[in-house]
Amino acid sequence: MKHIRWSCDPLPAPADRGTLIPLGLGNSLGDCCLNNGGTVVVTRGMNRLLDFDAETGLIRCEAGATLDEVLRFAVPRGWFLPTTPGTSFITVGGAVANDVHGKNHHWAGSFGCHVTRLELLRSDGRRLVCSLAENSDFFAATIGGMGLTGLITWVEFRLRRIVSTMIETESVKFRDLDEFFDVSEGTDARCEHTVAWVDCVTRGRGILMCGNNVDDAGAAGATLKPHTEPRLNFPHGFPSCALNRFSIRLFNQLYYSRQLRKRVRGLQHYSQFFYPLDVVKNWHRVYGAPGFFEAQIVLPPDVAKEALREIFKQAARFGQGAFLVVLKKLGSIRSPGLMSFPRPGVTLGIDFPNKGERTKKLFTEIFRIGLDTGAAFNPGKDALMPPECFAKTCPNLESFSAFIDPAFSSNAWRRLTKGLL
Amino acid sequence: MKTCIQKAFLVGATSGIAQALAERLAASGAALFLAGRSGGKLDLMARDLRLRHGARVETLAVEFEKTEGHAGAVRRAWEWLGGADASFVCHGALIDQKVCERDFGEATRSFQINLLSAASFAGEIANRMEAAGHGTLVVISSVAGDRGRQSNYAYGAAKAGLTAFLQGLRNRLFPSGARVLTVKPGYVDTPMAAHIRSSLKVSADRAARDILCAAEKGCDTLYTPWFWRPIMLVVRLIPEYVFKRMKL
Ligand SMILES: Cc1cc2nc3c(=O)[nH]c(=O)nc-3n(C[C@H](O)[C@H](O)[C@H](O)COP(=O)(O)OP(=O)(O)OC[C@H]3O[C@@H](n4cnc5c(N)ncnc54)[C@H](O)[C@@H]3O)c2cc1C
Repeated sequence: MKHIRWSCDPLPAPADRGTLIPLGLGNSLGDCCLNNGGTVVVTRGMNRLLDFDAETGLIRCEAGATLDEVLRFAVPRGWFLPTTPGTSFITVGGAVANDVHGKNHHWAGSFGCHVTRLELLRSDGRRLVCSLAENSDFFAATIGGMGLTGLITWVEFRLRRIVSTMIETESVKFRDLDEFFDVSEGTDARCEHTVAWVDCVTRGRGILMCGNNVDDAGAAGATLKPHTEPRLNFPHGFPSCALNRFSIRLFNQLYYSRQLRKRVRGLQHYSQFFYPLDVVKNWHRVYGAPGFFEAQIVLPPDVAKEALREIFKQAARFGQGAFLVVLKKLGSIRSPGLMSFPRPGVTLGIDFPNKGERTKKLFTEIFRIGLDTGAAFNPGKDALMPPECFAKTCPNLESFSAFIDPAFSSNAWRRLTKGLL
Repeated sequence: MKTCIQKAFLVGATSGIAQALAERLAASGAALFLAGRSGGKLDLMARDLRLRHGARVETLAVEFEKTEGHAGAVRRAWEWLGGADASFVCHGALIDQKVCERDFGEATRSFQINLLSAASFAGEIANRMEAAGHGTLVVISSVAGDRGRQSNYAYGAAKAGLTAFLQGLRNRLFPSGARVLTVKPGYVDTPMAAHIRSSLKVSADRAARDILCAAEKGCDTLYTPWFWRPIMLVVRLIPEYVFKRMKL
């Protein structure tokens, strides 16, 4: 591990002439920020805010700044992230490199859609300022480029205006997948942010949560107060055996039942709404030492329902429960990123506690279902995808390869392209 | 924390502790004049402080080894700030002892940066403070200067010299009303100490908080964190004929 602390500093030299890969906060759930035998470049020290235009909401910051830090600055001034993933503990560099998407993808597209410029530091010492107009090929390759095209030193992107930190929410219970598709049709058109939690142990009952930013500055409780620090810390050494089919079933049951009525409306602070997990530091310790595997898959709209049923069936067959599983529809706004994961369809995010072989076999089934239905997988969250699957679901692989920095590589990249390139 | 430091001059401003000091000072509304080796880094730091805290910030690139330029740098700072409530001299270099043993040129560099350059800045600032009868001079020395040890005496000797220099300055300035604070940090989590693994390490922000608190109170010497005071007391009390046999 080596640190880069200033965006004007040169790249650290890799140990033993090995390769480099940048690391943000390491919150991608796979191995795209790991580099066995090579060097990981820690970017967190590089976290300064550089420019901000209070008229247009254009902000420029060093790539190691976190969304959390950006929000603390922007929110009191009446600005918010254009889109945000389910945690604020990721860096802006990581948001670009994985082209993250949020609950408003169907209205706003992915993070990369809002990036106006960035600087890329290559291992030959060149600094490329990239945008749609300048070095546009590097711009396209770097958004969603998994840190392989060089080190992003700073990013300029557009914030969106808010008049309040509150979100008007609505949550709707659905009994099964059929009902989910019916209900979400209406809410997608009406609400900017939508996401659904499903209980995959059953036929897919769940709760759809959606919301819109409060746009009336005079509304009750409208303030511009940003979020506070997380207070709870999940303890180390949580016994992994505590997570089994029964406890997961119980948890899902309780979660589903906490809402009694079919439809509930409310008002939530953005932190509760977007970052429910951020209040508990190190929440992933609930999985104990073996950890978990995550898959995120996007299914083409016409086959989505059937494919989801099949995936839930396989999970049951392998006796693998999963905590609240996330379903959401992705819209048709295209990202400038060549390797960007989001595309129109229904995305399922699911994480299974690591039970060794059993879990790996289940993933093999999921990848098979994905390939059969023309789905794609998010390489930023994956740790198990086989190269054939990556090649089939990633149409721009060849053209992307031309922009990879010769000194950069990662575990994920070597695994995903083994025997391909 | 609010401080009554409204105008501050930081030398070695891009060092880990100085960055944390600047952050706290800017947050409490102080105007800052930052001097450091790299103009590029100073610019990044200044942009961040201006944006997030709306602070008034000016920067100047200086060469620490060239002491003849120090007076000019201090003059620029005083003119821009209109006099300073507090000045912080934070630059230093931890050069590996083994390298200094092989190459006296490197030991010389350690004295150059940690003693001569710091003393030169401290002296220039002291002259201004004495004339104004106002201000606090804060200089980062080190616990390593409290006793020479085989593991880092090239660094320790420079810091010991600096500590003595500051004692003299404090003594001289006392009647004028200006103050001198000698800071002796232990292990602080900064790039300079990145290679040191120790459970006694504290964050740069913690050190900065202690420093500002001691500066406000008008302390003479600060050990940060506090437990280094009793530790160093013990280390100083060990008789030399025992000490020379120890591996420290
Ligand atoms: C609770 C939780 C919820 C999440 N929800 C979502 C979600 O809703 N939508 C979504 O899309 N993702 C989601 N994610 C995934 C996460 O947002 C992304 O994986 C994000 O990229 C992680 O950022 P990071 O800063 O931790 O980067 P890391 O994990 O450290 O790195 C991710 C990738 O970015 C590269 N990288 C990092 N910094 C730089 C740089 N300066 N220059 C070049 N490359 C760089 C790395 O090399 C690596 O390939 C979630 C993750 C968690 C833990």
